Order: sequence, then C-alpha cells, then structure tokens
Amino acid sequence: MSTLALAIALIFVLIPIFLSKTFNLGLEKDTTIAVVRSIIQLFAVGYILKFVFDTESLIYIFLMVFVMIVAATQNARKKGKTIKGITWKIALTLVFMEVLTQSILLGFNITPATAQYIIPISGMVVGNSMVLAILFLNRFTSEVDTHQEQTELILSLGGTPKQAIHTQLITAIKASMIPTIESQKTIGLVQLPGMMSGQIIAGASPVQAVQFQLLVLFLLLTTAAVTSIMLGFLCYPTLFNQRMQFLKIR
Amino acid sequence: MHNLNPAIHFNKVNFHADDKHILKNITGSFYEGTITSLVGPSGAGKSTLLKLCNGLLSATSGEIHIKDKKIDTYEPVELRRIVGIALQNAPMVNGTVFHNLELPLKLQAKKLEVKTAKDLLDDVGLDEEYLHRDVRDLSGGQRQKVSIARTLVNQPKILLLDEITSALDRVSKHEIEDLIVKINKKYKVTMLWITHNLQQAIDIGHYVWVLMEGEVIETGKSTILKSPTHERVKQFVKGEME
Repeated sequence: MSTLALAIALIFVLIPIFLSKTFNLGLEKDTTIAVVRSIIQLFAVGYILKFVFDTESLIYIFLMVFVMIVAATQNARKKGKTIKGITWKIALTLVFMEVLTQSILLGFNITPATAQYIIPISGMVVGNSMVLAILFLNRFTSEVDTHQEQTELILSLGGTPKQAIHTQLITAIKASMIPTIESQKTIGLVQLPGMMSGQIIAGASPVQAVQFQLLVLFLLLTTAAVTSIMLGFLCYPTLFNQRMQFLKIR
Repeated sequence: MHNLNPAIHFNKVNFHADDKHILKNITGSFYEGTITSLVGPSGAGKSTLLKLCNGLLSATSGEIHIKDKKIDTYEPVELRRIVGIALQNAPMVNGTVFHNLELPLKLQAKKLEVKTAKDLLDDVGLDEEYLHRDVRDLSGGQRQKVSIARTLVNQPKILLLDEITSALDRVSKHEIEDLIVKINKKYKVTMLWITHNLQQAIDIGHYVWVLMEGEVIETGKSTILKSPTHERVKQFVKGEME
C-alpha cells in the first residue's frame, strides 16, 4: 500500500469525527488522540520490529516481551485496585502465560525460535491475557461486593475462605471466558480474524493462513482458561486474613 | 437456676475499624445456659460484639475466652461450629430449605439425613412440607426460622442471634421469641441476642447488656431495664418504651 493510499484512507477517520460533531457526541478529541497515538505507536513498533528481526538478538526479543507485559499489567491493574498486590499478581499471570505458551510452541517445534514468530505470538497471548484479566477482575470485584452476606454466611457456618468465595470465583471465571469461547464459535462465519486476513492480503496461501489462525485460536483458549483461573486463585486469598476473616466485614 | 459459669468472657476488649473506636474496653461474662439480650441504639457496636464471639472479627486489643480457652487458640472453623450465629437478614443460598439446612454439613463434605432435617424444622416450628420449598418463597419469619435451624445443624454450644426479629411482624416476632426460649431449654445452649425491643429483652432474656457508643453502660438481670440506674440508659429506655 502506498503512503498516498493510506492518506486517502484517513477518510475513515474523518467520518466518525464528522458524525460526532453533528450529533454532539463529544468524541472528536478522543477519536483524534486515538488515531494519532495508533499512527505513532504502530509506525514506531514497525521500525522496532524491523530492527529486532534484522538483528535476531535474544536480548531484544526479551526486551520487547518485557515491555508488552509491563504495559499490559499497567493497563489491567486499574480494574483490580481494591485487591492487595494486584500488580504482581497480574504480572505473574502474564509471565506464566508467556512461558507456558512459548515453551509448548518452541519445545514441540510448532513454531521456529525466531523473532518473527515469538514477538507477534507473544503480543497475541499477552494482549488476550490482559483483556481476560480485565474482564475477570471487573466481574470478580463486583461479585464479591454484591455477595458479601453470602460469604459471611458460609464463614459463619464453619466454611473455609475458598468455600465462602467459591460461587463468586466460578461466576467471574466463567464470565471472563465466555467472550473468547463464543467468538470462536462463529469465527470464519461472522468474522475473519485480523491475523488471517492480514496474511491473505499480504499474499500468503489461505490454507497456510488458516493453519496459523487455528494455532492462534488454540493458544487463546488456553490463555483464557489459565489467565482467569490463575488470577482468580491468586486474588481470592487476599480477601481474607489468617483467622479466615473476610476483610470486608464490618 | 443457672450455674453461672462463663461461656464467654471479655476482658478489656477494644475493636477499631477504619480509625473508628467501635468497642471500648469491654469487660464481662455471658453465662452458660442463659439468654443475654444486647440492647442499645443503632451503631452502639452490638453486631460487632457478636462477630467477635465467633471469630468473624478479631479484637484489636484485650482478651476473649470461650469456655475457659482463649479465643485465638481455637481453629477458626472449629470456633464457628461451637459458636453459631444467625445473621441479621437470614441470608440463604439458592435452592430449597433442605439445601440450606444441609449447607453446614456440606461444608464438611458430609450429608444431612432427611429425618434430621425434618426434626430441625419441627424444632423451629415449621412443617416438614417446607423441606423442599424454594427459599425464595419463604416469608421473613420463615427465613429466620430456617436460618436458626441451619445454625443448629452444627450443634453449637453458644448461639448468637443478630437482630433476627427486627424486620418481622408482631405474630412472627412472638413465634421467634417462643422459639428462642424453647431452643435455650431443649439444647441448654448459651444465647446472646440483639433486640431493639426492650419488652422482648425483659420477657426473654435472663440478663441484659446495654451498649452505647461502643461502651457497656449497664449489665445485670433483664429486669434492670424496668428501673435503670444510669442516666443515659434511663433516657434510652424512656425513648424506646414510648
């Protein structure tokens, strides 16, 4: 695609700004900021990726994955501010996901150990894990607040903290996983995934594009399940103290 | 007559939360086999005091003894089975009355016999047909009865009742009052209950504690509410009785 063609494509940015102004939605500033940021960030990452791919240095690969995890952690932690130590819990979950998925992919020789594969796949795993963490934390904190009496009841009858929070935990884990599972049910019918579309547009064989897309889908299923469950089991104990007291009881 | 061995003893107990001094230097005993009413205005610390007794909360300072043993020497789970509590709004888990009665045993991976469940319902004055009724279909009074029966499943030695009659109509209140006396006699269980109704406290309680702003202002036999000595208690009793 030429630079001129991309410039013409800015029409797709002008349309929402025009609509926002016409209908007084007040989203002109946010839309403009989002577009400017995405242009700068994507071009910057494009040049960085080119540099990293050319050098093939492990240090740069690690550095890029590190930056991804830090940025994702920073973004997700906002949703769980009420949970003690949420930052390291999210970071640990993301690191675990990255290590787990890359170990399987590289260990079984499913993908080559090159920056071209490791970095984009890491981006998808960490990005998806971040969204899952946000969905989970959002639902979990709301479930805990709404069902305080239930938690207190089970503790008062001689239940353990795990028993007292079990329903809320399972509800939040399921709710955070549903979007991933549901979107995969209609994939190919309703939507063509971005990565697959990008590969086809770039000239790759559709069958090869599908193979990689399937790999990504399988990865995302694992990411969804492991992220929610791991984060859930890291988070719930901080709601109780050593005397099995629910810290929200007054 | 009661033998006056302390089932619970408080010694200079304080409780703070969010920089608020909720209970101040509480000292005193609740005696085995007796019913003690906790009365006082809202925010006096009555519910907090109950929750300290079964370890849902811990004192900031001071000592609590349950049956001659320091409270923190009990495992929390063991303590909460010895000292049962029926919570204010009678929270229920989704399902039938039987599911709720079974809950304390289910938490220990045990099962409740249907016969035991029926006996418990009988104890609290509910017909056995209620066993398979959805808890959403119960009235406030029936929920409180199920809540008390559920607490009895653990066979507690001490039973704490947190304002269980506050949202009930007159008839249901009387039924619960009778139930409290019946359980106290049948199971010889020590009972602490919070009520805003001073007549209830006099009629049912053997003893009374009057709490105000986190302090125990007056204690003694429940009849002291008829002629309190402390000026603040006089004012409170006058206000409540009018």
